[in-house]
Amino acid sequence: MTVTSRTGLAPEPAVLPAPDRAPLAPPLPHKRLLNLSPINQRRLANFKRNKRGYWSFWIFMVLFVASLFAEFIANDRPIIASYKGEILFPVFVDYPEDKFGGFLAQTDYRDPFVADEINAHGWMIWPPVRFSYNTINRDLPQGTAEKKLGAPAAPTWLLTDEECRTGRTPDGKTPGSCRDIEWNWLGTDDQARDLVARLIYGFRISVLFGLILAGISSMIGVAAGAVQGYFGGWLDLIFQRFIEIWSSLPQLYILIILAGILVPGFFMLLGIMLLFSWVTLVHLVRAEFLRARNFEYVTAARALGLSNAKIIFKHLLPNAMVATLTFLPFVLNGSIETLTALDYLGLGMPPGSASLGEILLQGKTNLQAPWLGLTGFFTIAILLSLMVFIGEAARDAFDQRKIYR
Amino acid sequence: MSAEPLLDVRNLSVAFRSGQNETLAVDGVSFRLERGRTLALVGESGSGKSATALSIVRLLPYPAALHPSGEILFKGDDLLKANAAKLQSVRGADITMVFQEPMTSLNPLHTVERQIAEMLRLHGARGAAAVRALVIALLEEVGIPSPETRLDSYPHQLSGGQRQRVMIAMALANRPDLFIADEPTTALDVTVQAQILKLLKDLQAKLGMAMLFITHDLGIVRRIADEVAVMQRGKIVEAGPVGSVFERPQHRYTRALLAAEPKGAPPPADATAPTVVTADNLRVWFPIKRGFLRRTVGYIKAVDGVSVTVREGQTLGVVGESGSGKTTLALAILRLIRSQGPIVFLGQRVDGLRWKAMRPLRRDMQIVFQDPYGSLSPRLSVAEIVEEGLSVQNRGLSYAARREVVARALADTGLDPRDMDRYPHEFSGGQRQRIAVARAMALEPKFVVLDEPTSALDMSVQAQIVDLLRDLQKRHGLAYLFISHDLKVVRALASDIIVLRQGKIVEAGTAAEIFHEPRTDYTKALFSAAFRLEADVSGVVSQ
Repeated sequence: MTVTSRTGLAPEPAVLPAPDRAPLAPPLPHKRLLNLSPINQRRLANFKRNKRGYWSFWIFMVLFVASLFAEFIANDRPIIASYKGEILFPVFVDYPEDKFGGFLAQTDYRDPFVADEINAHGWMIWPPVRFSYNTINRDLPQGTAEKKLGAPAAPTWLLTDEECRTGRTPDGKTPGSCRDIEWNWLGTDDQARDLVARLIYGFRISVLFGLILAGISSMIGVAAGAVQGYFGGWLDLIFQRFIEIWSSLPQLYILIILAGILVPGFFMLLGIMLLFSWVTLVHLVRAEFLRARNFEYVTAARALGLSNAKIIFKHLLPNAMVATLTFLPFVLNGSIETLTALDYLGLGMPPGSASLGEILLQGKTNLQAPWLGLTGFFTIAILLSLMVFIGEAARDAFDQRKIYR
Repeated sequence: MSAEPLLDVRNLSVAFRSGQNETLAVDGVSFRLERGRTLALVGESGSGKSATALSIVRLLPYPAALHPSGEILFKGDDLLKANAAKLQSVRGADITMVFQEPMTSLNPLHTVERQIAEMLRLHGARGAAAVRALVIALLEEVGIPSPETRLDSYPHQLSGGQRQRVMIAMALANRPDLFIADEPTTALDVTVQAQILKLLKDLQAKLGMAMLFITHDLGIVRRIADEVAVMQRGKIVEAGPVGSVFERPQHRYTRALLAAEPKGAPPPADATAPTVVTADNLRVWFPIKRGFLRRTVGYIKAVDGVSVTVREGQTLGVVGESGSGKTTLALAILRLIRSQGPIVFLGQRVDGLRWKAMRPLRRDMQIVFQDPYGSLSPRLSVAEIVEEGLSVQNRGLSYAARREVVARALADTGLDPRDMDRYPHEFSGGQRQRIAVARAMALEPKFVVLDEPTSALDMSVQAQIVDLLRDLQKRHGLAYLFISHDLKVVRALASDIIVLRQGKIVEAGTAAEIFHEPRTDYTKALFSAAFRLEADVSGVVSQ
């Protein structure tokens, strides 16, 4: 029987079951790594067809995955070193300096003394950027008495050779030209910390924070919405009134007050912001559940004796997931923005940590150093735009009525 | 025949584009329609009859739809080449349409008066009092009683039949030359259907308009049309005057359509067969709550004191108009909604049991729904849908064993087990309904509720499903509770019948008795509407 033929009149061949015949069930279809239902396959195809969103997705993924390995891209210690026949991993292990003939508890591999010692007895493989987010560049060109330079330092490629000669090469000598000093591609901030390094680490923390916050708050939001929508009645009524009151609290003030009382930190901020952000998805999911719980296939599942939990997970959640996934990039954007805003106000991550908001704040306080503000602005603008493009593509991919040409 | 027909469709094709694929929905269709005549386009769903009708007024979803060929000459002008302004002046004035679903065709936020008046104003009527008088006259014309009181009603305050009458009033407002009716009665009860058909016929005679009538029901064609064109897969396979086509069908497909009415006889009523389920004085009352404290001020009595008995190997037909409580009764017996009154299933009182205690019993009681599109989850493959019950009711079964049960259930219902890993959207309506039946049968139940299982299907497929159900009943000794407003199907399946009206039993007895000699006026009106498409004038049935 060909399924595509829609004559309906052609007598459909009835294969009568013979109890003791060979098994009727066909062999299991070849399972692929990603076993997508046809609906999801079409959605994926639609997503790919939106070129802007698809490319944004890959650009974002490359940036995000790269930033996860920030320690291997920008660090003030080598990735691997060989010293007197011993292979060392300074990225992972803190070696005391006396191992290399010094006296400090932690080795400063940028110190010409240590570097010479290791190079004399072995070798080192450095990351492309030899600064970590908190490394202070002590070799910055300081400028002359008439024209002071110092921190915040402009990107090195903006400096003249003359200006560069006021700095030091990594091994402590006076440079002949700008080629000899260590480059700060985007300059440094007002504490002589390399901006590229701070950007990579700040990007990572912003995106991670956004992802975790969006992830946890969607989980809570979906669960709350599911329970309300599925069971309805008094439960729904009370929960809805509670959410109305809760979401009308002045969030930012409460955040500021709490951030003032409690010691700020990644997880503390996450917890505080979670208090309010879970509400976003509740209405969406609740509405989806209210709609879907009266679908005939849900009634059929009830008639088959499925438990409420099973019905929710198997039949209703997939319905609600469409709304949730569509909304998720925008929730993520909101989370990133909130963290940036808090950092900008100086109420976010503890002092010294790298964050996009902090770069913006420095840009505001150091208007004479426009590379700070411009870097922060472009990073956030591009990051948020990428997310919006991805979100748009996802939304269109889930839209059944959308016709692609 | 006059030299120039009102509508002349020549070699019309319609294609739909989705992604890279183009599918041809209408393939080189030609027909003509004279003034004052009725042409019926007949075919099953997907045969392209609606696409043909919609392209006359260019209402297809362009640019996803396109016309590779053809011209549509209306009074000599080619509508396919007409510009937007010309089309707008034609639509709603010279050519009007009535659709299948009157609830979604009317704007729920506007009153009846406003919607009809809009049509009049768009095409030139002026003056509030004059327009109002016109609206009242139109409503009177389409048979709405005391139309003055209905002017401020919203669509949801009207019954399905009344809504369709309002739609017709809107369509007739500007005295069209061509009236297109796209399955205008499919969503309505048989009794209401008969009334609407009578109304259309009368109005056409009075106004002398041409009517293009789209339907899958040959009974309607015979009653209303002068000429008929039979469509199959986008082509007109046979056309001609109704009399000759019905008497001497030439094409094989037409003959198959004509032979497709549900046939066969149910097993005779046997009062000695073992009882599977009985319910006594069953009541489902929904409280009406008012005021701040939500006090109960009254009840909507959806099912009010109904007693039923279903026996092994027998079918109890439940008949009545929509809103008479048929589905509510079935859900109550299956304990899917709250009810009062004892229900005995296989000798066990089940009306007080909790959800968990009911679960083991559910494998013996199953349900098949009306809409094969809504009752199958689009996200699950056929195998996953059919084995859903097994995963709860028969936990010991291995995965391979479950697939084997699924395969047998599919084969049992006339499907190819090799299709079990496909998804519902790859199947036609009739095949989907077979899947829904297979899901119920996979648990080998003793009692199955069939809630209008054929109503959403094409006539030809209905007959196949009826045969399938009767065959399954015979082989497995099933007890059916068969709900339908379609009495032709009931006659082919039911051994006993109860007739419901407003939640109460009006008449009960064996099918033979009731079909032979209906006692109440209500049953008589139902029967004459169903079998002879005759409208009831005594007022026992709803409007």
